[in-house]
Amino acid sequence: MNSLLPVPRSTTKAPTGITGLDEITGGGLPRGRTTLLVGGPGSGKTILSLQFLVHGAQECNEPGIFVAFEEASKRLIANAESFGWNLAELRSRKIVFLDAQPIPDLVQSGTFDLSGMLAALQAMTAKTKARRIVFDALDIVLALLPDDAARRREIYRLHEWLLDHGLTGLITAKAGADDTSSISEQQFGFMQFMVDCAVILNHTVVMGVSQRNLRVQKYRGSAFDENESPFLIGSGGIEVAVAHPLAERGIKIVNERVSSGVKRLDTMLGGGYYRGGSVLITGFPGTAKTTLSGAFAEAACKRGERTLFVSFDSDANEVIRDLRSVGMRLDLHVKSGLLRMASARTITGSAETYLMRIKTLSQEHKARCLVIDPMSTWSKSGNDQAAHSVAERLIDWTKCEGITVLCTSLLDELSRQAESSSQKISTLTDTWIDLNYVMQAGERNRGLSVIKSRGTAHSNQVRELILSDAGVTLSDTYTAGGEVLMGTMRWEKEAAERVAHEVTEVAAKLKRVRLDAEEAELVVRVKSLQVELEAKQVEKALLARTAEVRKGELSLGRTRMGQLRGADAVSVRKAPR
Amino acid sequence: MSLAPQFRFRLYVAGNAHNSTQAMSNLKALCKTHLPDRHHIEVVNVFREPKRALADGIFMTPTLVKVSPRPGQRIVGTLSQKEPLLEALGLEACAA
Repeated sequence: MNSLLPVPRSTTKAPTGITGLDEITGGGLPRGRTTLLVGGPGSGKTILSLQFLVHGAQECNEPGIFVAFEEASKRLIANAESFGWNLAELRSRKIVFLDAQPIPDLVQSGTFDLSGMLAALQAMTAKTKARRIVFDALDIVLALLPDDAARRREIYRLHEWLLDHGLTGLITAKAGADDTSSISEQQFGFMQFMVDCAVILNHTVVMGVSQRNLRVQKYRGSAFDENESPFLIGSGGIEVAVAHPLAERGIKIVNERVSSGVKRLDTMLGGGYYRGGSVLITGFPGTAKTTLSGAFAEAACKRGERTLFVSFDSDANEVIRDLRSVGMRLDLHVKSGLLRMASARTITGSAETYLMRIKTLSQEHKARCLVIDPMSTWSKSGNDQAAHSVAERLIDWTKCEGITVLCTSLLDELSRQAESSSQKISTLTDTWIDLNYVMQAGERNRGLSVIKSRGTAHSNQVRELILSDAGVTLSDTYTAGGEVLMGTMRWEKEAAERVAHEVTEVAAKLKRVRLDAEEAELVVRVKSLQVELEAKQVEKALLARTAEVRKGELSLGRTRMGQLRGADAVSVRKAPR
Repeated sequence: MSLAPQFRFRLYVAGNAHNSTQAMSNLKALCKTHLPDRHHIEVVNVFREPKRALADGIFMTPTLVKVSPRPGQRIVGTLSQKEPLLEALGLEACAA
């Protein structure tokens, strides 16, 4: 409930360096005070306390002392190496181990006290200038004390000593495995009242899956998140899962779009997915969820963005091979290093573990785009509630990091009927694409529809999803008589239209040819008329000439006749020639 | 009896703390009864010699260490419970 309150960092707190725990406690454990850490066997008490010391020594310049009542320091150091903490190096200067395991053949006679240890510690503190101290498994030594009064006395002695020396103390103690949620045993009850902060670690198994939880039970003088938070023992130590309130971590809201890898889908979504947004693709098995994920990943790689593809159920190489059949060459991007394929078959454990692994992987890879296929596996290997909370935190985290995440979710008939998308994450995601089979005329065709897309005007139409060796294409569906046509029926419809189109085209062609012929005919006719015209003109000219000649001949003849007759008034007209 | 070995004890005490003084007097009484004239007690005050306590791995006070005869033995507490104490020291047979 208090998680929404901004908790100011304070100098009165000693940071633990444990992701999440510092957020829950608002900065760390109470400085100069005592904290009690209670948990069942194997709940992570020792790791948490070691991490507290390592962080203090490495980051805060606060040397520490580790008093080991249970495990020998040699083994502790060896175990800690696996978390990448170089205790062997720190040990020389910053962290001192005190092996205080009671020897096995210890004989006890009467009561005793811890003054000897405190005296030794005092000498040690003076030498190393320690600021932090851990008493690991104090219950071991308390169990040797004969009665509750003696235990109480020694706890009190220890507490006083810690206060006197201004050390930040962390006492771990085992709680009964059966009742870990509350500290029931009397001595712990007393300790709980005495200390300033109490943290409870809880380890339960829900449906065969281990679930670890951490809860701060009390924290004097400080606000804290009092809810139980899941935590993990990861490769770098303990990580506590905390859902950050959005306001606390400034999220950059961008309007940038990233391609889904399918052109038509981008158009349907008004340009693509939002950068930093979350996309959920739901559908039955075989509805091409993985293919759409692959398209998104490939598009991201083509843009040069580092991408992480987490595949549950199937092996990374299988995914690459399968997607190659639809023309996606993810292998090239894997080779270039842009794409990292992770098969979750190598990750085992609870949903919490998955989330942590995915976070680590994507941080290692500096991923900008993330694909999780399918996310629904989570609810299988853990309880639904945990899976939902994990999905919630995943989306929250990617949003904070500006990573565009695409998750697929497998639906079965039942869950579809119940209209609840698995993990109920559909309400959280920005875009929800549903893939479905449409059964029609003896065919099964894939239909794609955008159920929601925040902040985007998106197409309301169901499209047909077609897979080919050239990739993914979306095709318009035909609606006829109120029914959507897909597959062969769509093809038939398309074919019919094609035929109709062809017929009109041929008719037009025919007409054009006919017109051409007519035109040619006319041209010919014009030509022959012209020739005829010319002939007429020649004929006409000839006629005119003949007439003139005849006229000349006639007058010449007349003159000749006159001469012959000896007529007077001779006027000889010269003949033209 | 003359062949019986000499017992060397070292008792780590926390100053004048109640437990420690009690252990001291219990030890003295025991030696008087069971080991007359064949014991030696060294007392180490952990407050004064914390480094020694640390080196010897003494975390609970009072602690009685039987240095000799071998094997060495550690007994923690006020030494008020006689039976486990005598058994640990191998003095059972002589118990009166």
